[in-house]
Amino acid sequence: MAGTGVRVLVGTRKGAFVLTSDGKREKWDVSGPHFGGWEIYHVKGSPADPNRIYASQTSGWFGQIIQRSDDGGKSWYQPGLKPGEPTKSPEGMQIGESNKFVYDTSPGSGKPLTTHQWYDGTQHPWEFKRVWHLEPSLTDPDTVYAGVEDAAIFRTTDGGKNWHELAGLRGHGSGPKWSPGAGGMGLHTILLDPKNPRRMYAAISSAGTFRTDDGGTTWKPINRGLRSQYIPDPNAEVGHCVHRIAMSRSKPDTLFMQKHWDVMRTDDAGESWREVSGNLPTDFGFVVDVHAHEPETIYVVPIKSDSEHYPPDGKLRVYRSRTGGNDWEALTNGLPQRDCYVNVLRDAMTVDTLDPCGIYFGTTGGQVYASSNAGDRWFPIVRDLPPVLSVEVQALA
Amino acid sequence: MIRVVLPYHLKNLAHVDGEVELSVPGAATVRSVIDALEVRYPMLRGTIRDHVTRERRPFLRFFVCQEDISLDSPDVPLPEPVVTGAEPFLIIGAIAGG
Repeated sequence: MAGTGVRVLVGTRKGAFVLTSDGKREKWDVSGPHFGGWEIYHVKGSPADPNRIYASQTSGWFGQIIQRSDDGGKSWYQPGLKPGEPTKSPEGMQIGESNKFVYDTSPGSGKPLTTHQWYDGTQHPWEFKRVWHLEPSLTDPDTVYAGVEDAAIFRTTDGGKNWHELAGLRGHGSGPKWSPGAGGMGLHTILLDPKNPRRMYAAISSAGTFRTDDGGTTWKPINRGLRSQYIPDPNAEVGHCVHRIAMSRSKPDTLFMQKHWDVMRTDDAGESWREVSGNLPTDFGFVVDVHAHEPETIYVVPIKSDSEHYPPDGKLRVYRSRTGGNDWEALTNGLPQRDCYVNVLRDAMTVDTLDPCGIYFGTTGGQVYASSNAGDRWFPIVRDLPPVLSVEVQALA
Repeated sequence: MIRVVLPYHLKNLAHVDGEVELSVPGAATVRSVIDALEVRYPMLRGTIRDHVTRERRPFLRFFVCQEDISLDSPDVPLPEPVVTGAEPFLIIGAIAGG
């Protein structure tokens, strides 16, 4: 049954855009750019309060800004600095420093980790660059997890005013072996288990996938079964370039992964992975996602290679498997099938929870495509945005 | 009164249109001017200087009286025309990027 509407949140190289439609998802309104001229790596709403939205706003000149909306994206402010509200406590202390992401090097945390591996094999200081991904709690609008570059995970419990690192991820032991890839050493995916509030997953470019079972205090690598070309040890604990992982909402122990090369799946919460690339024309790519209601229906967008970064044969094709992988069909209806050389970046595909399930993705050419029938037919919501970095969707009751 | 000219994006963050006028306690230096700017406009904290190191961000420069003082000590007194408000303190974003 169709809901009353959807809101698609788009982050681009030059601002954020909010796309809205009713439950039919045929006619769309486009608002934006919000934060025009800034890189918006990610915009995501709270599952517990759809009007609460968080955005990561970044700049090579001015660094990191966190923005928050309490009215569904109509107005925004930096947490702790809402117009008309005091910015200092009665004692004169700053209430919030929403863009302050400081790595935990305190002995008190037990994880005073300060360096990771650099390109030349030496150790290099961890340096905060930007927030790649914001993952709001499933139950509390004031709690949000942030995946950052250089790779680490932070959490706020006061609506974004203050952020503190969950240092057990960097400090679990393999951190000094992590090294950046060409795109930076970003923590780009955070998945929250809907059935186990103590369990979550994080994925890091050129390091791998990690899991906590105690709410973020301790973490372990979960990369068994991954095979990465040029890594001498096929059983390496870390060093795998995971591009994206996605969770089946009804079977959260089943995860799917688009690795640099290879599409993988696990059915035991990451304890072991197996390849399900099957008949894909290429198993390089960035995005992977799972149908909201069919846990064995999954989507990827194959990209020709890591040397070319565009679709094979100039054809933009989403591939769908209804069998949890291995058997894939090309979805082309409504997508350009000639002269198309865009890319689809790792955070730029999402699914809504309506029925039929809606699928959305954005391209580096500025198009945001949607399907309101699980991928059978596609249409562009908007064609000429700046390069799209991220796409999220909210189903509105 | 010190006149400060912000780059476009920082004006937007601070919700100001033109120049910013600041009363700076004590000697006017780069450090004291930025300190006063951040007190008045806390949304700019971390955007001009790194939160941790307090160093100027690499793609920002400070200009006064036609001179780039970005590499000077932040504690050097600013020239008299800046202190009196005859000349502005300019925060300039590097002309770079795409």
